[in-house]
Amino acid sequence: MSIALRNLGKRFGNFVALDNINLEIPTGELVALLGPSGSGKTTLLRIISGLETPDEGDVLYFGEDVTDQSARARNVGFVFQHYALFRHMTVFENVAFGLRVRRRKKDEIKKKVLELLKLVRLDSLEGRLPAQLSGGQRQRVALARALAIEPKVLLLDEPFGALDAKVRQELRQWLRRLHDEIHVTSVFVTHDQEEAFEVADRIVVMNQGKVEQIGSPQEIFEKPASQFVFDFLGNVNVFEGHISRGQASVGSFSVDYPHYTEDQTRPAMLYVRPHEFDIDKSSNGTSSFRAVVVRAHPVGSLARVRLVSLDFETPFDAEIHIERFMELSLKAGDTVYVAPKRVRVFTAESNVPDYSI
Amino acid sequence: MARVPRRILPGFRLTLGFTLSYLGVMVLIPLVACLVRVSSLTWPQFWGAVWTPRVRAAFLFSFEVSLSAAVISVLLGTLIAWVLVRYDFPFRRFFDSMVDLPFALPTAVAGLVYSSLYVESGWLGRFLVPLGINGAYSPLAVVLVLVFVGMPFVVRTVQPVLETFDGEMEEAAHLLGANRWQTFWRVLFPNMIPAAIAGFTLAFARALGEYGSVVFVSSNMPFKTEIAPVLIVSRLEEYAYPEASAIAAVLLGCSFATLVLINALDRWVRQNGT
Repeated sequence: MSIALRNLGKRFGNFVALDNINLEIPTGELVALLGPSGSGKTTLLRIISGLETPDEGDVLYFGEDVTDQSARARNVGFVFQHYALFRHMTVFENVAFGLRVRRRKKDEIKKKVLELLKLVRLDSLEGRLPAQLSGGQRQRVALARALAIEPKVLLLDEPFGALDAKVRQELRQWLRRLHDEIHVTSVFVTHDQEEAFEVADRIVVMNQGKVEQIGSPQEIFEKPASQFVFDFLGNVNVFEGHISRGQASVGSFSVDYPHYTEDQTRPAMLYVRPHEFDIDKSSNGTSSFRAVVVRAHPVGSLARVRLVSLDFETPFDAEIHIERFMELSLKAGDTVYVAPKRVRVFTAESNVPDYSI
Repeated sequence: MARVPRRILPGFRLTLGFTLSYLGVMVLIPLVACLVRVSSLTWPQFWGAVWTPRVRAAFLFSFEVSLSAAVISVLLGTLIAWVLVRYDFPFRRFFDSMVDLPFALPTAVAGLVYSSLYVESGWLGRFLVPLGINGAYSPLAVVLVLVFVGMPFVVRTVQPVLETFDGEMEEAAHLLGANRWQTFWRVLFPNMIPAAIAGFTLAFARALGEYGSVVFVSSNMPFKTEIAPVLIVSRLEEYAYPEASAIAAVLLGCSFATLVLINALDRWVRQNGT
């Protein structure tokens, strides 16, 4: 394990920023801390770096307790959202800084800096000042500067947050390739799930100072551990239904729900992803509900269909294969039967999905 | 007909006209008048007016005290700006507004107060004079009041620059392995230099022209503690207007040269920062 966090807690006044965090980050992985603002992800990153000290708990690097070590002694690479480049120094001097304060030899510094500038593809801009660079270039300088000290771990705080969409996309893919080349254990903070899914080996989803789920992008997407993760990942339809006598239902649709068998009806939320619906022009015997097509249009190999259910008037989205879409020749105003293939049920008492078919 | 590009903001001609006439009436015409008066002197007369031992001594003294005061101002002013920006302490805002007091206070009042404090019977003088520190009617007294009038310029030019430091540059330096001293010396200090130079220039220029407070705290002894502006006034009192103007013109030339020099230094620092 490169980094291990044990029972970390941090408060700012009455605000609990981090609540009993336990986390292990394997050597050589690229890990994303994903969560909404205020979820504690940046605080966690700053504690890992040593810029912030935890109120309780330990931080371990390669099995060694570094909780009481200063950020300076930890030898970490850190990339700030707003670059934090030294404004009065050239690109070369920015990258050389960590080596200069370590009193390395001049020719050694020069060799190392030029090598890094080549790695971040800025080798022709070594004499520029930060103000003369674009945002994407500045962030690459910041990355080269962080890598110059040959850090044990690389920490990135919303590294692409201040960049425009196209540059962000490019840099994301570039970071992934860079990581595949140099394999330094890296943790980056983001609130953009797309970014996390595209770049990370492993995602840590955070909410209100707690870890909601840890897993590979695939695991997180396929088996969201909680209602929060589901909501945060977005792109999911939520139906307000109820549970009673071993059934969860919304409108005329119902599924088995063996966790609750009592007669008394209780409210429940039914979560269905757009690609988890079957659509048919007539009822085919499986449990389904009726809906009207509002809009339908093909997107590549899929077709996106916007519907409103007839029984409970909730609008929702479905995605079906283009062949099926052609076969049904769906158009606005059609009445169809919708059968969810997979449903997760959340009740007020439990935040964990109780059931899915 | 050539098309005149339309400007988005109206009133360009009006505002430019106003600016130029303001500069003309308030700055340029008085300066020209000074030179015109000087031009009534022949070269030997001019030379005779400005190259006497007394005038030379006055200029030398003026530059000495102004330079000393500006150096002290830039050191203390930067320190004060640093404390005001970096730390939170009780009555910080009060102290912050106190910095502006010398701008508002008539400098003659400052001169009066300083001299009464530092004379042998004054509140501070009764302790300092026995120690050999003479803070009234001495070169030290002149430097003290010049620091008083000059330092706010340094504080007010350095302060806004310090406020733009958001702490991330320092955190970055710290993470890269720099100790506190290296962080200050290599990261913060170079970023403060241009503002400090600007503050130094203002404090120095202000000190060179200061009259009101200096006449009170200086003994105004020719060859010893007489500054150039005081000499100009004493020439005027002798109704020697052209001679007074000649000294004024030299003072003007010196100030101008100093400004040019410092600006050049500033440009050099900005281009060769580290």
